[in-house]
Amino acid sequence: MQEKVLMKGNEAIGEAAIASGCRYYFGYPITPQTELAEYMAKRMAEVDGVFIQAESEIAAINMVYGAAGAGARTMTSSSSPGISLKQEGISYIAGAELPCVLVNIVRGGPGLGSIQPSQSDYFQATKGGGHGDYRNIVIAPNSVQELVDYTVLAFDLADQYRNPVLLLGDGALGQMMEPAVLPDKSEIFHAKPWAACGLRGRDKPNIINSLYLDPGQLEQHNIRLQQKYQTISASEVRYEEYLTGDADLIIVAYGITSRIARSAIEKARDSGYRVGMLRPITLWPFPTHVINQLASRVKSFLTLELSAGQMVEDVRLAVNGLKPVRFYGRMGGMIPTTQEIYEQILNSFNHEEGLSDE
Amino acid sequence: MNEKLFTRPASLLDVPTHYCPGCHHGIIHRLVAEVIDELGVRNTAIGIAPVGCSVLAYDYFNFDMFGAAHGRAPAVATGVKRVHPDALVFTYQGDGDLAAIGCGEIVHAAARGENISTIFINNAIYGMTGGQMAPTTLLSQITNTTPRGRKSESAGNPIRMSEMLATLDGANYIARVSVHDAIHMANAKKCIRKAFDMQIQGKGFSMVEILATCPTNWGLSPLQAVEWLKSNLIPYYPLGVIKTSQEVE
Repeated sequence: MQEKVLMKGNEAIGEAAIASGCRYYFGYPITPQTELAEYMAKRMAEVDGVFIQAESEIAAINMVYGAAGAGARTMTSSSSPGISLKQEGISYIAGAELPCVLVNIVRGGPGLGSIQPSQSDYFQATKGGGHGDYRNIVIAPNSVQELVDYTVLAFDLADQYRNPVLLLGDGALGQMMEPAVLPDKSEIFHAKPWAACGLRGRDKPNIINSLYLDPGQLEQHNIRLQQKYQTISASEVRYEEYLTGDADLIIVAYGITSRIARSAIEKARDSGYRVGMLRPITLWPFPTHVINQLASRVKSFLTLELSAGQMVEDVRLAVNGLKPVRFYGRMGGMIPTTQEIYEQILNSFNHEEGLSDE
Repeated sequence: MNEKLFTRPASLLDVPTHYCPGCHHGIIHRLVAEVIDELGVRNTAIGIAPVGCSVLAYDYFNFDMFGAAHGRAPAVATGVKRVHPDALVFTYQGDGDLAAIGCGEIVHAAARGENISTIFINNAIYGMTGGQMAPTTLLSQITNTTPRGRKSESAGNPIRMSEMLATLDGANYIARVSVHDAIHMANAKKCIRKAFDMQIQGKGFSMVEILATCPTNWGLSPLQAVEWLKSNLIPYYPLGVIKTSQEVE
């Protein structure tokens, strides 16, 4: 049994990245993810890695583009307004099909917003964010242990698919301390014969690029990207079901919200309400099929988010009109209490046709 | 048996380029390629192509290349160089790319003393987008976005990037050259070689600013463009080594 260590979420991501073989970190301070940059500044020096505090988020993501294209495991992290600045580079990275890990520890928005936890970057994270038809793999952990485990997975998926992988947390996850088991050193090695690292005896130059002036060639490139995204959709959906077996009402929640929902579900179960939860772990690819299957046997859905309602659109698409989908959200860094969600569960049972307590 | 005295550098592919007649990119590409051949570093050379007319530079150079977003080449080069410190990493950037949208990236790459080299093509106009004002456009110079000539009151003043970057401690070699005739081409090549050589020695950031023509967007014939460069650009952007560290001398 491996020893558990008490770590802050942001720092746990850094340690997991190092264990995954990441030796190139480029970032810029922004609350509430700054501890990750600070941790990398300290640790990279100890593992012969490179830490650069870039002059801007834009520079940081382009350093990632360079390091990823040169064949290295590399990462950057930021929080909402900083991720907006990185979107230009993320689109280029997606276009050039480079593997890298991006971390967004989300805060309240829009604009400068607040430094409190939020989930209001869901659209930006899952629908592209930058320009062009592209997808990031988006993973949403809900504990410090999962931040560790899914950072490791993120590096592997990035290399496997030559695609950016976004770890989407929120201010609460980044700041909270929990015991976690750190991973062993990664043994996974992905050969990167496509990397631009100098010819070094190779005959043909490797070009890292996303420019296709010929529309026919660009369409072919896009078709190939979409085929890759379909493969990812078919293979990499991750989710957790909690008490869904006999549930009449399914709560859909991810990240920190799923933990509050879990407490509320326990309270509701104690009162005899058959409530369960579907927690998407990958927000893209989204567990559409699982939700659609649940829709054929449960009576209603309640989506909980720290936003005005973003993921709820994907839930509605998945439910496809089969059952009612209610939404409850808080914004601006406000976090609902267990009691608040419990009352929303009761509301669902009281107001939706076909839903009744035992 | 005749001896072959002049041949295409191995670092340059045998393909036609898309550049306009009289444009200097072709000459500058060749000088860069010759230097890389002569230094024997084609196997470790990595170039970062810009956004702008030379966006397709990777189609002409015969070694590994990146295409970077507008202005971001120095940041991309930073990532590349940190992963492969033994590689010869250079950015190739125009005046819009380097002095406007990428001003932040070049300043900070130079300030970090990033061990990369920059080939900075200054033709005082935006070429690829069709002749708009650049940060280096001269006062009273007519462009599509300064149709009555650039006026400092409304459009600001041209930036001398080399002099500005030379103030930074991390910048170790900065020279401004021109390629409008054979003598200046030879000198330009010498300076490019010095910049690359300096990088190979691990001395930090080096940049060669190259004054170049854009006959198409200047609305001049190639020969008139050379004359315009000599009589207008060089007086405002004086040629010479602007900065060099002691160790390089």
